[in-house]
Amino acid sequence: MIGLLDAIIQGILLGGLYALFATGLSLMFGVMRLVNLAHGDLIVLAAFVILAVTEKLGVDPFAAVLLAAPILFAIGFGLQHVLLNRTLGRDLLPPLLVTFGLSIIVQNGLLQMFSADSRRLRSGAIETASVSLGGDIAVGVVPLLTLVSAIAVIVALNFIFYRTSIGRAFRATSDDLDVAQLMGIDVNRTFAMAMGIAFVVIAIAALYLGLRANFDPTIGPARLLYAFEAVIIGGLGSFWGTLAGGIILGLAQTIGARIDPEWQILSGHLAFLLVLVIRPRGLFPRAID
Amino acid sequence: MTRSRISLADRHSINRRTLLKYSAATGAALSVGLKSPAIAQTRAIKLGYVSPLTGPLAAFAEADNFILANFKEATKAGIKVGNATVPVEVIVKDSQSNPNRAAEVAKDLIVQDKIDLMLVASTPETTNPVSTQCEIEEVPCISTVAPWQPWFIGRQENPGGGPPAWKGFNYTYHFFWGLEDVIAVFTNMWSQVATNKSVGGLFPNDGDGNAWGDKVVGFPPALDKGGYKLTDPGRYQNLTDNFSAQIGAFKSANCEIITGVVLPPDFTTFWKQSLQQGFKPKVASIGKAILFPVAVEALGKDGHNLSSEVWWTPNHPFKSSLTGMSAKDLAGAYESATKKQWTQPIGFVHALFEVAVDVLKRAPDRDGKAIAATIAATNLDTVVGKLQWGSSSLPPFAAKNVAKTPLVGGQWRFKDGKYDIVITDNRTAPAIPAGGKMEPIA
Repeated sequence: MIGLLDAIIQGILLGGLYALFATGLSLMFGVMRLVNLAHGDLIVLAAFVILAVTEKLGVDPFAAVLLAAPILFAIGFGLQHVLLNRTLGRDLLPPLLVTFGLSIIVQNGLLQMFSADSRRLRSGAIETASVSLGGDIAVGVVPLLTLVSAIAVIVALNFIFYRTSIGRAFRATSDDLDVAQLMGIDVNRTFAMAMGIAFVVIAIAALYLGLRANFDPTIGPARLLYAFEAVIIGGLGSFWGTLAGGIILGLAQTIGARIDPEWQILSGHLAFLLVLVIRPRGLFPRAID
Repeated sequence: MTRSRISLADRHSINRRTLLKYSAATGAALSVGLKSPAIAQTRAIKLGYVSPLTGPLAAFAEADNFILANFKEATKAGIKVGNATVPVEVIVKDSQSNPNRAAEVAKDLIVQDKIDLMLVASTPETTNPVSTQCEIEEVPCISTVAPWQPWFIGRQENPGGGPPAWKGFNYTYHFFWGLEDVIAVFTNMWSQVATNKSVGGLFPNDGDGNAWGDKVVGFPPALDKGGYKLTDPGRYQNLTDNFSAQIGAFKSANCEIITGVVLPPDFTTFWKQSLQQGFKPKVASIGKAILFPVAVEALGKDGHNLSSEVWWTPNHPFKSSLTGMSAKDLAGAYESATKKQWTQPIGFVHALFEVAVDVLKRAPDRDGKAIAATIAATNLDTVVGKLQWGSSSLPPFAAKNVAKTPLVGGQWRFKDGKYDIVITDNRTAPAIPAGGKMEPIA
C-alpha cells in the first residue's frame, strides 16, 4: 500500500517535469501551429547557456536562470523573426523540416563548443534535500520545486494570454490569422514574442533537467517524445491540459515501473494511446480547428 | 542524408600550398620514374581508423586527435619494414555513434581507400560492425575498448548457441578484458567492506545490461556462488527520468551494495533520487557511468567513494613501445596538450596504434592473410600491458582472437575540488600498484 502511495506521489512529481518540457511546445503549437522537432535540443541548448552563466559568474543555477532567461528570450525572438516566420504558411511541412534541421545544427554546434562531456547543473545541498512525509515516504525538494514551477509557469502563461494585450494578439492570431492581420496585428512580431516567451519556459525546463540528471549535446531528442505525448494527452493549446497530460504520463510510468521496470516506458505510451482512443482531441482541447 | 564525411586526411589535404607541393613532387617523381621505372615499390601503408567522434559515444573518442597527432609525430619518418622505410598514412572515419554508419565507413575504407589494416575502438556499437565488415572483406582488423564477450559472442551467427556452435575469426582480433574480470574485481572490492551481502542490480535493456544481468554468464550466478543475495527489479529503458521503483525494491530488500552498468545521466538520476528518498548503500560499484572524471564531477560531493572497474591509469607500470613514454608521461602529455583530465581510453587507443606499427614491422608481406597471421603471433609490451593472442586465460573458443588486458578496481576520491581514482583492489592484477583500501560510502 505504501509502495503504491509512493508511486503515485513520485508520479505526480515526475509529471511536473514532463509538463515543464511540454509547456513550451504547447505554446508554440498553440500560437504558431508550429510543430517543433528541435524542442528537446533547445532545452539542452538552454541548459548549456545556464551552465555557461554559472561557470562564468560563479553563481547558483537558480540565479543563473534569471540571467539566462533574457538571453534565451532574445535567441527565441530572433529565431522566429529571422528564420521560422519565413517558413510558416498553409503547408505544415516546411517548418517541420526546418526544425528538424535545426535539431541537427544545435546538437553538432553544442558538440563543437562544449565537447561530448556529460555535464550537470550543481546547486549544493538542495539537490539531495528531502521532506519526509512519514511512513518511509520522502519527497525530494528539487522534484517538488519542479512541480511548483510548472504550476507557476502555467499560471503566468494564462495571465499573459487572458489578461494582457499581447495575450489577446496571441489568441487572435491563433484563431484566425487573416482577420488578426486585418485588425492591424503585426503577425511577425507577435509570433516572435510568443517564441521568446516559449524560450523562457524552455530555460526553466532546462534548469530542472540539468539539476535532475546529466546532459550532453545529444540527449535532447529523448526528451521530445514525452513532451509531445503530454501536449497531446492534455489537448492542443491548453496549458492546464498540458500539466494534466504530464501528470498522467508520469503516473502511468511510475505505477507501471512498480509492477516491473520493463513496463515503465511502455505503460506511459499505453496511457497515451488510451487517451487518444477515448478522446482523440485530448482531454481539454482549447479550440476547434 | 549524405553528410560530409569527416576524415582527418581529407581535412588536411586540401590547401593551396600542399597542393602545389604535391603536384611539384608528383612531377619530379614522374620525371624520375620515366628514367628509372624500378623504384615504384614503396607505396605508403594505409591504416583505417573508425571511432565515434560525434554522437552519444563521443566521450570515448575525445583523446583521438591527441593520440593521432602523437602517432603522426612518432612515425613521420615512416616505419622500418625489412630494409625499406615506408611512409604510413591514417585515414580516420567518424561512426557518429551509429552501428550502421560504422559499417558503411568501414566498407568505404576497404573498397575505396584500399587500406592495409583496420583499427577500431570504443564500445560494441563501433567495434562489431567494423570487425564484421573486415571479416567479410578479408581485411585484417584490430579492435579494443569493448568487453570481449559482446565483441566475440555478439558477432556469432547464433549468439545463444554456446561454444561448439561459436566459431573463431580469421581476420579480426581484439584486446580488452571480459565480464568475468569485472565480476571478480567487483566482488573482490565488496569483500573488503563489511556488509549484509544484499546487492541491488541496475541492468538496463541494452547489450551491456542484458549481458551483465544474464542468468548464465552474467552477475547472478557469480553472486550466488559468492553468497550474495541479488535484487534485480528487471531491465529498464535507458534515459529514464525516474528510478523510484528500483529504489523502493532496494530499500525493502535492505540492499547495502549497488551494482550495474548504467549510462551517466541515468546514474545521476538514480543516485540523486536515492539520496532524496533516504536510500544510502555502503558500496556502489557501477560500470560505464563513472568511467570519466567529468561524469563523477557532475555528482558534486555525492560522488565520493563510488567504485568502478579500472582498465588503465597513469599509475599502471607500463611503457609505450612506440614512443617510449610511460603511462604517466602519456597522461601528462594529454593533460598539458588539452588542459583536460586524463581518461581511460587514452591508453587503449594509443596501444591500438602500437600494435599496428609492431605488426606492420613484422609482417612478411602486405596481403591480408600475412598481416592477420602476424597479429596472431604478437607478443608486445604496450602502455596497457602485455598483448599476446592465444593465451590460456581465456576459454579455448575465444583464445585465438582475444588478448586480455589486466583489470583492477578503484574508488573515486574527492580531494581539493577534484576527483581522482584510487586503485583499491588489485588482486586480479597484482602488478598494478594499489593506492589504498576500500572505504564505505559515508
